[in-house]
Amino acid sequence: MADSNTRVIVVGGGLAGLAAAARIAEEKVPVDLFSVVPVKRSHSVCAQGGINACTEPVRQEGFSEWDHFDETLYGGDFLNHQPPVYEMAYWAPKVIDLMDRMGVPFNRTAEGRLDRRYFGGSLFRRTHFSGASTGQQLLYALDEQVRRREAEGLITNYEFWEFLAPVLDAQGDCRGIVAQDVRSMEIRAFEAGAVVMATGGCGTIFGKSTMSVICNGAAAARCYTAGAWLGNPEMIQVHPTAIPGEDKCRLMSESARGEGGRVWVPAMRTAGGYRKPHPDAGRDPRRIPDNERWYFLEEKYPEYKNLVSRDVATREIFDMCREGYGVGGGNMVYLDITHLPDATKNKLHAILEIYEKFTGDDPRQVPMKIFPAVHYSMGGLYTVYESGEPVKFRSGVIDKLRDRMPPVLAEKLEKTRRNEQPKGLLPGSPFNMMTNIAGLYAFGEVNYQYHGATRLGANALLSCIFDGLFCGPSVVNYLKLESDRVDPDIFDRAVEAEKQKQTELLERSGGENPYELHEEIGRWMTERCTVVRDGAGMAAPHARFEEWKQRCKRVSLYDSAMWTNQNLSYTRALGDMIRYAEAIVAAAIERRESRGSHYRTDYPQREDAKFHSTSVARYDSTRDQPVIVWEPVPSPMVQPRARTYGKSQTQAAAKT
Amino acid sequence: MIAPHPDHPPKTFRIRVRRQDGPQAKSYWQQFDVTYRPNMNVISALQWIAAHPRTADGKQTSPVVWDCNCLEEVCGACTMLINGRARQACSALIDELMEHGSTITLEPMTKFPVVRDLFPDRSRLFNDLKKVQGWVPIDGMLDLGPGPNEPPDTQEMRYAMSRCMSCGCCLEACPQYTLTNHFLGAAPIGQARLFNAHPTGAQLKEERLVTLTGPGGVSDCGNAQNCVKACPKDVPLTEAIADIGRQATVHSIKNFFSGG
Repeated sequence: MADSNTRVIVVGGGLAGLAAAARIAEEKVPVDLFSVVPVKRSHSVCAQGGINACTEPVRQEGFSEWDHFDETLYGGDFLNHQPPVYEMAYWAPKVIDLMDRMGVPFNRTAEGRLDRRYFGGSLFRRTHFSGASTGQQLLYALDEQVRRREAEGLITNYEFWEFLAPVLDAQGDCRGIVAQDVRSMEIRAFEAGAVVMATGGCGTIFGKSTMSVICNGAAAARCYTAGAWLGNPEMIQVHPTAIPGEDKCRLMSESARGEGGRVWVPAMRTAGGYRKPHPDAGRDPRRIPDNERWYFLEEKYPEYKNLVSRDVATREIFDMCREGYGVGGGNMVYLDITHLPDATKNKLHAILEIYEKFTGDDPRQVPMKIFPAVHYSMGGLYTVYESGEPVKFRSGVIDKLRDRMPPVLAEKLEKTRRNEQPKGLLPGSPFNMMTNIAGLYAFGEVNYQYHGATRLGANALLSCIFDGLFCGPSVVNYLKLESDRVDPDIFDRAVEAEKQKQTELLERSGGENPYELHEEIGRWMTERCTVVRDGAGMAAPHARFEEWKQRCKRVSLYDSAMWTNQNLSYTRALGDMIRYAEAIVAAAIERRESRGSHYRTDYPQREDAKFHSTSVARYDSTRDQPVIVWEPVPSPMVQPRARTYGKSQTQAAAKT
Repeated sequence: MIAPHPDHPPKTFRIRVRRQDGPQAKSYWQQFDVTYRPNMNVISALQWIAAHPRTADGKQTSPVVWDCNCLEEVCGACTMLINGRARQACSALIDELMEHGSTITLEPMTKFPVVRDLFPDRSRLFNDLKKVQGWVPIDGMLDLGPGPNEPPDTQEMRYAMSRCMSCGCCLEACPQYTLTNHFLGAAPIGQARLFNAHPTGAQLKEERLVTLTGPGGVSDCGNAQNCVKACPKDVPLTEAIADIGRQATVHSIKNFFSGG
């Protein structure tokens, strides 16, 4: 085996990428870790609320791993593949233990045990947390372990390197990547036995979101246009509570509600007991008496109250504002934590501080003004896995590779399958979370698995770390598969292609402004393709996207320097974002049903007969367009059931 | 809500940027008139300039280069000098800055080499985290059961230390930390305290103290106490330096008597 076949490339230094890098390095396999920002500044730091797991005390309160599994499916409106979710739920306590050993300062009980809080989509206190900056704390712990391996020489860190393309060989297998140093602008190919994409979500396609500026989906789009498929790209989570801003929407964690925060709007009752918007809706909220506050989530969902699934809360808030109940008649509702005891407020310090710094109001004294914002991509790169029961995937990548597995590994896996009879994933299978391209994996948010049509709060941190820890050994085992000697020319050609693209970008002219074009696309996507969608609103996408692609070709760069040219990187990414956006819209149009975060006013019901299926988006390079095909989702353990979160039926009448 | 101009919001405001085309290049000033919108921060002003890269005197120029990511003051990337003070551009609100004058001055951090414009190279800071072995030396990533119990007050102390986002504000403000010397500075010393306070992390305590009592270690601190004032996350840095100073003294005395 050539040297390069014994190395692994990980692209992305958030939780998933760092967990993968550290886990793979522990198998003494050298890792080249690429990140466009220093890994400690990855978007995972923005995760606030916590991480779910059925640890022992939660079990004693009546919860179980099965419940965690089941509520994740229910939250995802049964679009999730079940074996990966099963494995994740049953593995979750191990993730907590490991992060605890790494020194994550989880909040503690008086006795010094791990504390827990309530979170959306569950009636159990199963969310472990570190203040209100849990993602930051988990990321730092993994960053520290990676730094330790870096100091030992097992991990090489390529920070400020941007992923440009996967390098595929003649068989279409992934043999490395092309990347660019965003400071020196050097473009280089890197060879590896396997490549793990851990590049996160695509929120900035919607212009402003809660995501960081690097979360533009460009890396995933570059895999997609190279032949990797997308799964459920239309499934985009809109978080119910964010602070709208000029440059981004800042998240106000679900933990605010988990700790007892209440959502309300000013309203008054009419003679018949009906409600209507209060004529003076812009009053100082502190002076609004309780009987003129409508705690609409609590009233409509008496069981889950403010902790319904995110898509449900988002639509309710959105509807309230559309019906004129918003603060001052605008697009905001109150998120109120003023009544909570000081000790509870202290647990939320990190987010209250953000609110105060960015708005100037102290949320300990005055209710926060919030509105929904694009937050998470459930969809992403399509991946396969191995379970106890064989699952048939459209991609056929498993069948293609089966013959290349050395007998020793095949026997070992077969023994595991026999002994463990896994309902979840087959540990160590080289196919776990592999895309349809052999040797190209997707971990974390960019992986379409686990969350179906809506992600439950505090499951993201879990799925990212789980992917890295559980599937890291899968990547290591893939290196053992037989492979042909790689033709070195493919790397030179790939670098040449990227250099050509860059030259072409620098030579573009036509006066189109990339920032303004991005803003326009983001506005269109947010208006037509987020909380509420309908066929008419998204109609004629081909013409629309063709126009954007053409305008993107007419962009004039203001910077021609070959040193830290952000103008160039931004514009290149914009072209990729348009391709990704087109896949989102195409799948959203073809999914003629409502499921989880995907709500169609023209098809308001879930249609299991037709659409209990993954939308698989393939890139047709000749037409530069997506093709959507449907792959049924099996239900080996849990049959889909209606998803209501116990909505009170009488409430429909409360609206005038 | 801070809104100093409710009646007469300005149409534009001026941003003065110290630019530098590359690490070896000479710096120069450019000014931009940015269209005012309510609730802007320095990031949205820089975004506006990126979309309209024309100087106040009408010359076409290249967009200003800067480093940023999360835009909610938790990743630490967008640190720069804003009106002379090191802070994050995302949480620097324009309305607030305009209370002190109608021109806002942006410069790169001075304690780190400049990559381009406002984008500094802070790799020294991350390397110094390696020097102080800022990690818990766990056996490995297999499932080995839970970590050690921890009293809530220790957790609170460690959480406060662990909010350090390696932004570099404390180092920029420190008179002892310079572009060319080897002083570790407050942030890495704080991380040493964080890991020394963890039962498993403490296994490397003596090794950390060897580094911290060596050249560039804790004794180079001049006690100016600028670090703690500059920290946007209220990390108790002076407390950490004092604590590590005490640990270092105990370490030295022990070594003296054991002939180390």
